[in-house]
Amino acid sequence: MASDTLLARITDYANRPDPYPLYAELREAGPVVRQADGSYLIGTYHEIVALLHDPRMSADPRSRTAPAPYEVTRKPSFLRLDDPEHHRLRNSAMRPFGPPHSPGRVDSMRGEIVQLTKELAEVFQEGRQIDVVDDFAYPLPVTVICRLLGIPDKDEQLFQDWTDTLVASADIGPEGDTAERDQAADQAQQEMGQYLVQLAEQRRGRPTGDMLSDLVNEPDPAARLSEEDLAANTILLFIAGHETTVNLIANGVLTLLRRPDQLDRLREDPSLLPRAVEELLRYEPPVHMRERVPLVDIDVAGTTIPGGTSVILALASGSRDPMRFSEPDRFDPTRPDNQHVGFGSGIHLCFGAPLARIEAEAALGALLPHLGTARLVQDPPPYRQNAMLRGPRHLPIQL
Amino acid sequence: MPGDLKDGRIVIVGASLAGLRAAEALREEGFTGSLTVVGDEPHPPYDRPPLSKQVLLGQATADSTGLPMRQDPNADWRLGVRATGVDLLAKQVLLEDGESLPYDRLLIATGTRARPWPNPAEAALDGVFALRTREDAGGLAQRLTAGPERVLVIGGGFTGSEIASACRERGLEVTVAERGPAPLVGALGGTLSKLAAAMQRNHGVDLRTGVTVTALNGNGSFTGAELSDGSRVDADVCVVALGAVRNVEWLAESGLAAGPRGIACDAGCRAFNMYGIVTDDVFVAGDVSRFPHPLFGYQMLSLEHWGNAVEQAEVAAHNMVNPGPLQRPHLAVPSFWSTQFGLNIKSVGVPTYSDHVVIAQGSLEARRLAMVYGYQGRVTAAVTVDMAKALDYYRHLIETAAPFPPPPGAQDRAVAADLAIPSDVPDPKGLSHGPTVALTGYLPDRRLTLVQPG
Repeated sequence: MASDTLLARITDYANRPDPYPLYAELREAGPVVRQADGSYLIGTYHEIVALLHDPRMSADPRSRTAPAPYEVTRKPSFLRLDDPEHHRLRNSAMRPFGPPHSPGRVDSMRGEIVQLTKELAEVFQEGRQIDVVDDFAYPLPVTVICRLLGIPDKDEQLFQDWTDTLVASADIGPEGDTAERDQAADQAQQEMGQYLVQLAEQRRGRPTGDMLSDLVNEPDPAARLSEEDLAANTILLFIAGHETTVNLIANGVLTLLRRPDQLDRLREDPSLLPRAVEELLRYEPPVHMRERVPLVDIDVAGTTIPGGTSVILALASGSRDPMRFSEPDRFDPTRPDNQHVGFGSGIHLCFGAPLARIEAEAALGALLPHLGTARLVQDPPPYRQNAMLRGPRHLPIQL
Repeated sequence: MPGDLKDGRIVIVGASLAGLRAAEALREEGFTGSLTVVGDEPHPPYDRPPLSKQVLLGQATADSTGLPMRQDPNADWRLGVRATGVDLLAKQVLLEDGESLPYDRLLIATGTRARPWPNPAEAALDGVFALRTREDAGGLAQRLTAGPERVLVIGGGFTGSEIASACRERGLEVTVAERGPAPLVGALGGTLSKLAAAMQRNHGVDLRTGVTVTALNGNGSFTGAELSDGSRVDADVCVVALGAVRNVEWLAESGLAAGPRGIACDAGCRAFNMYGIVTDDVFVAGDVSRFPHPLFGYQMLSLEHWGNAVEQAEVAAHNMVNPGPLQRPHLAVPSFWSTQFGLNIKSVGVPTYSDHVVIAQGSLEARRLAMVYGYQGRVTAAVTVDMAKALDYYRHLIETAAPFPPPPGAQDRAVAADLAIPSDVPDPKGLSHGPTVALTGYLPDRRLTLVQPG
């Protein structure tokens, strides 16, 4: 089949359960594969890493002139902005989250996260059927991000609805009416932003130890955020703070149940868990693709990609590139030199990676004792629509 | 089995970062013979970068920076013993306690020590410190905690600047005396040194440039110093940060190409003897080495970089246990980092191997930038300030000898990105204190006379 329709086939929902043969086809077609719609698809490790670090590659969708530009009215979050604006906003968000200003923030949540996973797993008695997504993989990171930001538990459902709308509009692919989708997203963005700004306002001068409090009480005037930026940043943190972790945990359970030998190995030696999480990020990553746009004509492996063109970096393909990883299709928690691109790389390297690692470790650690006798009820499970953020919609298992 | 490179006796002299990593790598490479590591300090290998940062800030204790072992190299550690010589013919390392260690292959990783204050009586004053060892850092940290009136730092290189930064962070008054026109000028050239000077002054450092310290005053305890411009500094603590001296004296009679700029070796870390003939059983790694690098005109480089110690040790270890055709060169692109005055400074390539620079991204005003260095029209180095994630891109440009200035189109591109200005790097002959990088291809240490052994 022609490689210039690979992107269409990868985003085709029918291929959601197993896109990996398509990624292999992509890598065999060459490092740079032009698509019928004029965009470019890149699936080889070294080219992906080089482009993630290339300052001439823009993350801003407004840099795109081809194929047909879509109207972007909202200012993107820093995930899709370029420096220096990207740096300013990311840096403001980083101050209450990580080093050097808040070095202990994420690690100090470890105990709380382990406790949460225990409580969630407590009810998993043998013989029961559970949905790993709804009963475990979803509630855990949502609760964690709500506590981290300072959102009351009672409003979680509100956030869930807004999130669904926003994530749907961030997908790529031909299906659906994008105008209606974008309008809904605009409205969700606005409502969610207003809510978060109001919540943050209540903590101005009365900090409660969470990130919203820290953001509105930032002592450095140069690092303070406008209301608009505060809304955009906290929405991004909320969504990115759980959306992908759900998939990481669900993909992890699915992978382990498909590989009983590796599951046994982990049950015998839970100290392998951190490395197993890294291997999951390589082998079944939650984020499969990211879009970038060259600001000028750039040369990639002998192909000139014109400025303004959409370039899709297939991260999940890069992490299974046999030119970089030996036996890339084997799940091996003891794999040495596992420099996957599961969290991306370069200036947009996943902001929440340290939190995601702790959550995934704690989650799998709490589930391991229950998985020895568990089996998949449905394989493959039903997947979510999104091709970029890929993961099971449900993962029923029999304990 | 004779001739089996995976077996036999290997001695490593130097028990710091390079020595430890080499020992680990030898085992990873399958070396099963006997391994002896000699170190003159009494401690197991420890890490030095935190000594001028976290330790001085009181965030870590000096004795808590031990280097983790990736795996126990199963070595015989001879710690607290100085090596005094090598007999290349008898293949023995001589120790100060009179013992001699026979070897089949030898790795020299003796590193550097702090350049001492030239006047020993003044250096012995209470309150005068250097900063190289764990003891140095522990003593200085203790003195800083006691709350001195003022600290005088002699030398505005990386170590001196980091010490000054730590002092300011602790709220202590500090004076920096730098012989050059600005701090860090020796490693980064003129343009970035202006930023360094501004940062020091903005953070309340009393920065004196273009001066040398001519005398340290005190009667038993340090009380102040005289400067070459006729001024005086009253202070109760003094840190001598005049760079490093390579630990090569013990090799003076060895017949190896060892001199003040280090021990010369080939790209495969094999030491040269004094006639420029390569040895096949003596290897060198880390700060004490001097090696040719193809990206920088095959000039002999000496690098006091953490990363170089690790990478060179691994190459040396590989080559010690593999036959010639399987040996590999040490080609890693040099890199180093520093944190000071709230800035994160990172470098790749060799900034002093340059004739021009451009600010490719960001700006001096924003205190966030990527400066790219070029030599004869190609990119040879890049330094980022609070923009470390940009470094990989520039590393790639260096590795591929990309044209200088770098291509247009970068995010946050500076207005000045096309304006290459002279890099204003110092002539290595005039360096006031130990260089982070010394390019020594055209600076022979001494003239050699061929002597026929009797």
